[in-house]
Amino acid sequence: MTCDLTQTRLHAYFDGELDAMSSAEFERHLESCPDCETRLAAEDKLRSALAGAQLYARAPETLRRKLQTALPKAAIPPEVPKGKDPKPSAAESWRWLAIAASVILAAILGTHYLEKLNHYSQQQAMAAVIVDAHLRSLQPGHLEDVISTDQHTVKPWFDGKIDFAPPVRDFANDGFPLLGGRLDVIDSRTAAALVYGRRKHIVNVFVEKAQPGDTQDASGELQGYHWMSWQQSGFTFTAVSDTAYADLDQLKQLFLAP
Amino acid sequence: MLAQEERARFETEIIPHRDAAYNLARWILRGRAQAEDITQEAFLRAYRSFATFQTGNARAWLLQIVRNCCFTWLQQNHVAEEMTEFDEQTMPPKAENPESLAMATHDRERLQRALEDLPAHFREIIVLRELEGCSYKEIAAITTRPIGTVMSALARARQQLRTILTEPVPKGASRDL
Repeated sequence: MTCDLTQTRLHAYFDGELDAMSSAEFERHLESCPDCETRLAAEDKLRSALAGAQLYARAPETLRRKLQTALPKAAIPPEVPKGKDPKPSAAESWRWLAIAASVILAAILGTHYLEKLNHYSQQQAMAAVIVDAHLRSLQPGHLEDVISTDQHTVKPWFDGKIDFAPPVRDFANDGFPLLGGRLDVIDSRTAAALVYGRRKHIVNVFVEKAQPGDTQDASGELQGYHWMSWQQSGFTFTAVSDTAYADLDQLKQLFLAP
Repeated sequence: MLAQEERARFETEIIPHRDAAYNLARWILRGRAQAEDITQEAFLRAYRSFATFQTGNARAWLLQIVRNCCFTWLQQNHVAEEMTEFDEQTMPPKAENPESLAMATHDRERLQRALEDLPAHFREIIVLRELEGCSYKEIAAITTRPIGTVMSALARARQQLRTILTEPVPKGASRDL
């Protein structure tokens, strides 16, 4: 009674693994085969049940930390600042000469270069703070203070807790469902943290009142986490997640869209 | 020894797949506490042999190491029932009761138990396909099996999962069936 195709072709079709031609062929078969039709509906039910049951087990925080520390750092040669000769100079006197030369060089390059350098290290420090805040939020019970997918619930929740009204929007239709919000402190400044889902990933978007000296349109990567910040209507936004850059960029464009 | 940029590359390409790695280990090992340690061990192994990975699918490469670590552990600890192979007939197909299936699929704990009751090689394939969203090609690479074998194993794994879900619930496990 069972159609021959239910064991093989049907699953490849169900999993989107058939090419266009075979797929069309199977759909034609489906029209005249109640066996396959029933089975396909059953497979679909099973799939949505598995998807809805939240069976995916994310790496616990302890493992995340272990992975950061356990990899044999000793095997990596010590950091060499860019632009310097990595090999130690033969004679000590050369070393002093090199220092003298770099002092002169710094003077010549002037403040512009130093500002840039300072800006770079500031950005690195900011990235570390952001990634820390993201990791902290992933600890059990830390992610959201207000759990809601409704922007009209999340937005008023911030009222009276901070002295600005963060733009809270749900992007569920674009693949970034709003999961909730919480208060956070980033580098001694109060921030509204908006929590979004992106497939199996969590994205934190920190919103702060923009201040002079805030990073504008920057992005980077630290410990496997991507971050991206931008300024918009007097706020500094910083999105951080272990999801791909492209995802963060898409989220940024969603915020920027009117 | 990894050069500095190799380490950076490891951090960008491999480390982000830690959820996928842990999830697979957790399910192959049926929620045993060792899942965390074995995942960590898999990352260390991956790190040591990272030079052999140049380009390609980083997730599949890592998951292959993870599942190998898990199955090695199961073997070393003599978890005998885990070793049911793809080719063995595990359970004759039974008629399904669509109503009890519908009820069972609304019960998260029952789904979890049913998935854990699957033989390990069926379980990993369901986890890779349904929870991790891997393609047949990726599953074939991870489990080092031909795509055709993956396809028929997946069909049988789903069949068996549904059969488990329609079996009567053991006493005391649930009151509504």
